[in-house]
Amino acid sequence: MTSTSQREAIKGAKVLMVGAGGIGCELLKTLALSGFQDIHIIDMDTIEVSNLNRQFLFRQSHVGQSKAKVAREAVLKFRPSINITASHANVKDPQFNVEFFKQFNVVLNGLDNLDARRHVNRLCLAAEVPLVESGTTGFLGQVTVHIKGRTECYECQTKPTPKTYPVCTITSTPSKFVHCIVWAKDLLFAKLFGDKNQGNDLNVRSSSNGSEGNNSSDASKDVFEQSPHESPDQYARKIYDHVFGHNIEAALSNEETWKNRRRPRPIYVRDVLPEGERNEGVKYEDGVGSIPSAMGLLGLKNPQEIWSLSENTRVFLEVVRLFLEKRDKEVGNLTFDKDDQLAVEFVTASANIRASSFGIPLHSLFEAKGIAGNIVHAVATTNAIISGLIVIEAIKVLLRDSNNYRMTYCLEHPNRKMLLMPVEPFEANPSCYVCSETPLLLEVNTATTKLRDVIDKIVKSKLGMNLPLVMQGLSLIYEEGDDLDADMVATYAINLDKVLNEFPTPVTNGTTLSVEDFQQELTCNINIKHRDEFDEEKEPDGMVLTGWSGPTTKSEKSSSSSNGDSSSAAGAKRKLEEVSEGNGKNKGIAQEVEVNDEDDDVSVLDGFPETNKKKRVQ
Amino acid sequence: MEGGEEELTAHETALYDRQIRVWGVDAQKRLSKAHVLVSGLTGATVEFCKNIVLAGVGSLALMDDRLVTEEVLGANFLISLDEYANSNKTVAELCSQSLRDFNPMVGVSVLSGELSQMDGEFFDKFDVVVVCSFSFQNKILINERCRKRQKRIAFYTIDCKDSCGEIFVDLQNYTYMQKKGDETVERQLSYPSLEEANSIPWRDLPRKVTKLYFAMRVLDKFELLEGRKPGETSLADFESISIVRKDVCEAQGLKESHLADSLLERLLAAGKMEHPAVCAILGGILGQEVIKAISGKGDPLKNFFYFDAADGKGVIEDISVHSTVTA
Ligand SMILES: [Zn+2]
Repeated sequence: MTSTSQREAIKGAKVLMVGAGGIGCELLKTLALSGFQDIHIIDMDTIEVSNLNRQFLFRQSHVGQSKAKVAREAVLKFRPSINITASHANVKDPQFNVEFFKQFNVVLNGLDNLDARRHVNRLCLAAEVPLVESGTTGFLGQVTVHIKGRTECYECQTKPTPKTYPVCTITSTPSKFVHCIVWAKDLLFAKLFGDKNQGNDLNVRSSSNGSEGNNSSDASKDVFEQSPHESPDQYARKIYDHVFGHNIEAALSNEETWKNRRRPRPIYVRDVLPEGERNEGVKYEDGVGSIPSAMGLLGLKNPQEIWSLSENTRVFLEVVRLFLEKRDKEVGNLTFDKDDQLAVEFVTASANIRASSFGIPLHSLFEAKGIAGNIVHAVATTNAIISGLIVIEAIKVLLRDSNNYRMTYCLEHPNRKMLLMPVEPFEANPSCYVCSETPLLLEVNTATTKLRDVIDKIVKSKLGMNLPLVMQGLSLIYEEGDDLDADMVATYAINLDKVLNEFPTPVTNGTTLSVEDFQQELTCNINIKHRDEFDEEKEPDGMVLTGWSGPTTKSEKSSSSSNGDSSSAAGAKRKLEEVSEGNGKNKGIAQEVEVNDEDDDVSVLDGFPETNKKKRVQ
Repeated sequence: MEGGEEELTAHETALYDRQIRVWGVDAQKRLSKAHVLVSGLTGATVEFCKNIVLAGVGSLALMDDRLVTEEVLGANFLISLDEYANSNKTVAELCSQSLRDFNPMVGVSVLSGELSQMDGEFFDKFDVVVVCSFSFQNKILINERCRKRQKRIAFYTIDCKDSCGEIFVDLQNYTYMQKKGDETVERQLSYPSLEEANSIPWRDLPRKVTKLYFAMRVLDKFELLEGRKPGETSLADFESISIVRKDVCEAQGLKESHLADSLLERLLAAGKMEHPAVCAILGGILGQEVIKAISGKGDPLKNFFYFDAADGKGVIEDISVHSTVTA
């Protein structure tokens, strides 16, 4: 490293690293090599086989162990004298409070999900500790610097929340393969193998028409129960015929739905498999360590291959049988897991059969797994590059070299010759509800919406609060946490099911709610506006939250001239992509960006690299 | 470019799942058949080795007969300290052990000797040759040997000088399928050798070529004239290199002021020191380039890459007289 001041700053620094995954492994290695002596690393995950292609600190023999702990051991092998503390824990745990964050000189994020990123952002703001944030998807990546009072915070720009689909698209009118996957995973899989008591829309739409309506939904309750005299194969065929045959037929009887849509085709087992073919013929050997797999038993070896309708049907029947015979103890409390082979096979086959019904192209297990598991495309090289960029920014932060802070984009295609493109950090968005105190506006039907919906869909999922507390004026109407009295818990439980305008002081048009998360030290005010109607397609939450983080117009910035390279360019406009390892899809956000160019020319970059395309295996 | 008929095994599919989602099965199959040689194990090449071993190349051969010293350990994370203590293994031998652990499916071997002394046939075993910490003359010599072989051998140089880095790429005549929106068109690129690139007069170069390109060439010239080994420099050499700068700039018609003192000083002071963060970046970029060249997927870099931590830019420079041809 060049200067002694750099070396000294690095030596004396105490660093918190959140995440020991793809970026984390690379980062911990680069930090250790760079001379960092005191590193605390937090990661709640354990090691999986599919991590090994890039998380190079882990070996096959480590599968199942704590990432943070194994990463620590691995780095100590080549830098034994440095101090690494590993926490196998969730960064959202209360032990990691503002006091905890305050002990660090800088926090470095190598996270894979939006929720944790937002949480860390808030703690860094509250503790006034600089944050270097990062993310990668395939060949794309980015590193940003967030310093309270100096640059924007991580949440100054709207962060896209995971895509949700209108219920009826999933239950009755799928038009894309992803709709079939959601149906197979969230509805059918959950219904057959998950918690039976959970509400489930599996039959609602298909039987909501006229005469057949009510009794069929009663009857359908029984359909999903295996009756005592039914063999697993008989049960599997009954389910198949019910969901792919009968339900589609029932849905077809509602002419209104199909006026402008292609009509689906009901599919019954007898249409697909030859008469008399029975499933019991396939042998399953109880070998030690062998994982039940329907495709394996059926001789389907290549996960890249697209199965025919009959192959999908055989897989479906076989998977159901295997679940009932080999994993009967888990049935009833399973949730979909992308690393559960049988679950992936079930979702692939079910989605494909449904896709056949609706004339949607079928997909391979490999592709279906990617969609169902929100799997992010990840390679070691991008993570390595990003780790280098993080360390370079971290060193600047330690030296308080604030004129030279940069956010850097790692691109797949060069932009004005650049593969690594630094831009000046943004100023904070003055209307950011996280780092400023701007109130939000919530449009909601106060006569029908329960407090629970506001808590779940807005406070937790949109505002990213972990343990929220809700005040109406001076009265506390809701609170979460471990240390509450039993009677308070009971009161809050009742309040959750109250409709907004039924509170003693009704929450209605013009009311202001104050929402707070103690751990994040974040408070924001929500002004309530009553509205009767919501568009089911465009506003599936039945609520609209506004007033948070609109894009801002930038004011001019002073140019840095500390090292001779003057660098400033006013307000060049372009679109950038938000990328992240772990969030599934690339999400576009429009931002205003400035480019540093040593030649002082203002250049506008049109058509920022098309980062939205995903590569798919043929 | 033959795709290979045999399928990936279930284990390969599971292990490489995330990257197959990036570059596809065919690319993965081609990777698993490629043979790569790396000579000179520094922080930057060690990063590169890690990346392509994880990616699943067919084999990797390492050349570096040095014994371990403080200098070697600088940015090297492949050598575990208790292992090298009391061992008289070479750097290549020590690194090979860790690399094998990273991915048991990749054949990692160690070759001894000086790459610049190897005859042409030696190179036929490889599809990709990467050299680091070689003198400019030896880079040119090895580049030419690769070029003289019947098969196309991709040649790369990579060097990290503290906060600065340089990569050179020679794919000779390279044909690949370029994605343009939904269409795929065949594209041919013609690369100059290092010698050819170096012989292009500076006044013929495109405007705004990064100053690092010129500075690195002045440094090469300086090392040659003074008979220094790569990286055997210090700040004390500033006066001597200023004279070289003057001569070179005059000969090339470049204003001397274009090459700031501060940049030359940084390169001289760097010596053999590598910035681990810059190594991670260079090794990542080179890893990606080699994967692209082997798999035929993606636009390959032509033909120089520069990174400077001082401004944070990672820049591609095309230093060639040939223009690209679209077939
Ligand atoms: Zn903010």
